[in-house]
Amino acid sequence: MNREVYKFLVLVAIVLLCPLAVHEGYILNVLVFVGIHTMLALALNLLLGYAGQISLGQAGFFGLGAYISGILTATHGVNPWLAMGEGAVVVTLLAFLIGFPILKLKGHYLAMATLGLGIIIYIVFNEAVDQTGGPSGLSGIPNLSLGGIIFDNDLKNYYLIWTFVLLSMGLALNLVHSRIGRALRAIHDSEVAARVMGVNARLLKVQIFALSAGLSAVAGSLYAHTMTFVAPASFGFNFSVELVTMVIIGGLASIYGSLLGAALLTLLPELLRAFQDYDIIVYGLLLIIMTMYMPGGLVKGVPALFSAIRSRLKRKPSAHA
Amino acid sequence: MKRLLLPIITFALLSIWAGSCLAASTIKIGALFSVTGPPSFLGEPERNSAKMVVDEINAKGGIKGKKLELVVYDTQGDATKAVQAANRLIKEDKVVAIIGPSTTGESMAVLSVAEKEGIPLISCAAGSKITDPVKKWVFKTAQNDGLAVTKIFEHLNKRKINKVAILTVSDGFGASGREQLKAHAAKFGIQIVVDDTYGPKDTDMTSQLTKIRGSQAQAIVCWGTNPGPAVIAKNVKQLGIKLPLYMSHGVSSKKFIDLAGDAAEGIILPSGRVIVADVLPASDKQKKSLVAFVKDYQKHYKAEGDHFGGHAWDAIMLLKGAIERGGDTPAAIRDQLEKTRGFAGIGGIFTYNTADHAGLAKDAFVLVQVRNKDWALVK
Repeated sequence: MNREVYKFLVLVAIVLLCPLAVHEGYILNVLVFVGIHTMLALALNLLLGYAGQISLGQAGFFGLGAYISGILTATHGVNPWLAMGEGAVVVTLLAFLIGFPILKLKGHYLAMATLGLGIIIYIVFNEAVDQTGGPSGLSGIPNLSLGGIIFDNDLKNYYLIWTFVLLSMGLALNLVHSRIGRALRAIHDSEVAARVMGVNARLLKVQIFALSAGLSAVAGSLYAHTMTFVAPASFGFNFSVELVTMVIIGGLASIYGSLLGAALLTLLPELLRAFQDYDIIVYGLLLIIMTMYMPGGLVKGVPALFSAIRSRLKRKPSAHA
Repeated sequence: MKRLLLPIITFALLSIWAGSCLAASTIKIGALFSVTGPPSFLGEPERNSAKMVVDEINAKGGIKGKKLELVVYDTQGDATKAVQAANRLIKEDKVVAIIGPSTTGESMAVLSVAEKEGIPLISCAAGSKITDPVKKWVFKTAQNDGLAVTKIFEHLNKRKINKVAILTVSDGFGASGREQLKAHAAKFGIQIVVDDTYGPKDTDMTSQLTKIRGSQAQAIVCWGTNPGPAVIAKNVKQLGIKLPLYMSHGVSSKKFIDLAGDAAEGIILPSGRVIVADVLPASDKQKKSLVAFVKDYQKHYKAEGDHFGGHAWDAIMLLKGAIERGGDTPAAIRDQLEKTRGFAGIGGIFTYNTADHAGLAKDAFVLVQVRNKDWALVK
């Protein structure tokens, strides 16, 4: 447990110092999105990585959080923090209610059901034009503010969002190292065995599903208030798939893996812009290579890569001697 | 994989480095188009046209001796990606102006970035709310949907039709069209007796059309982009509905006639002049630009230039005009853009002023009819 605390403190230090290293305003802007995506990947990882339940509808919960915050503040003039809280509560409750019937399903069927859920939410964003502004979006969402500080530039948003990221990572780390975390992993390995051991598998699955949705909704609110604009295209099925990819590339059942996956998938397209029209092909190839050679995700693959390089470097001089 | 990874990373870093070291004596213009994703039918011709016209300007020696450099990013129709790319254009590539994005949603998202950073933005999307109310740094080239609606309603008035059914697609384009149709109807004494929608991927609209057949409607106005409207045209024919069928400028390309086949005959729609460039009278002020654009596009891309590409062509030419008249700093470009008067482009004749950053009047559209598998002007 002590090592965990050190690891986390190192991360906090990196997050705090990062803006000093990057002067380019635009990188900071990308890091803001890395933060939002990390929260989403983390939320999904609790469900997918730890409890072993897939959801292809995460973008829907993310969108619900963003739209509830957006509509309440832009149309009804509610305080942004209050709107964020309301969004989180409403989405958590909604997921809790939907979770009971949906999480009876397993494997492909669960994937189908959550996919359907995500698509329904997406259609509502598009069709409820009077409320959501329809396909061309909802604008005029205010920035968050705290004691006179308005979070209206990249630097301020960076610290705002990464505070939330660190809080949710701390929460997740605590959760997975508790009795609940062990119970979740037990469900992941064998639900029957977990139930035999006295774990209320059904309730726990629904609870983690609701927590995952609620956390996604908070990320959605943060997104809405930093972008000050939301449109349905950002919350489609593609984005749900991208989130699953982040979790798998980063490392299933790893809190830090969620961060790595989100960072890689958000930064990679920016780096690959140099390939211009071929960036999508290179992006796809890299993903294929990574899943082939790093099945445990970046969190296991990168240390393995380093130790392989180190052992090779050690071997070389002896070969010459 | 270890052997592969290193060269890949080195190559990526090298190309990024090479990209940022290009000569500084150029004028950098940013472009945001959804080259892929659902709105790629807009983004692709827009990017092609922008590249084409920039190459031409450079071949003729650039603007005031400086070459133009176009930096294009694909936004995939997603507002998040558009905002990220806009930030990158402004803060990393240090462009002096941005053209695009392709859709109204993306434009609404990006315009706050342009406003905050003080970079002129010329959107290629149609939504009237982009420039209404007027924003200091934001202009647009695509014709407002309201202008297209006005053209159709004027024609309906002429034919003494006052009860219509509207059938709009449930995406950004259709939603904006529906809003404008409903907003303008009363002014022309037109009553909308059926107001129905269809999904962008629907393949059969007979149920909506059956409902329309049983109504009081004297004409049908359909608002969508390919392929939906072609399906509607075919369904109308199959059901033997004899009502006049009006479409939007969303289908004003040859592709629609190809898709709808015989069912397209007789359909009337408002369109930019580009599809009827060759039959326009020589007195038409836009004819020169239009013919040049169509010919060039054919030469470069072996395809028919459409009015979507025209939006990007107009945006670059407007920037060229502004830079020629003033300096090439963002503020100078903005001030000169606002002073654009009577520029005859592809979308129409642009005249911007402090109260109007859309710049077009209703004569930006002409009514065309499909006759013998080709477009004909409706007098």
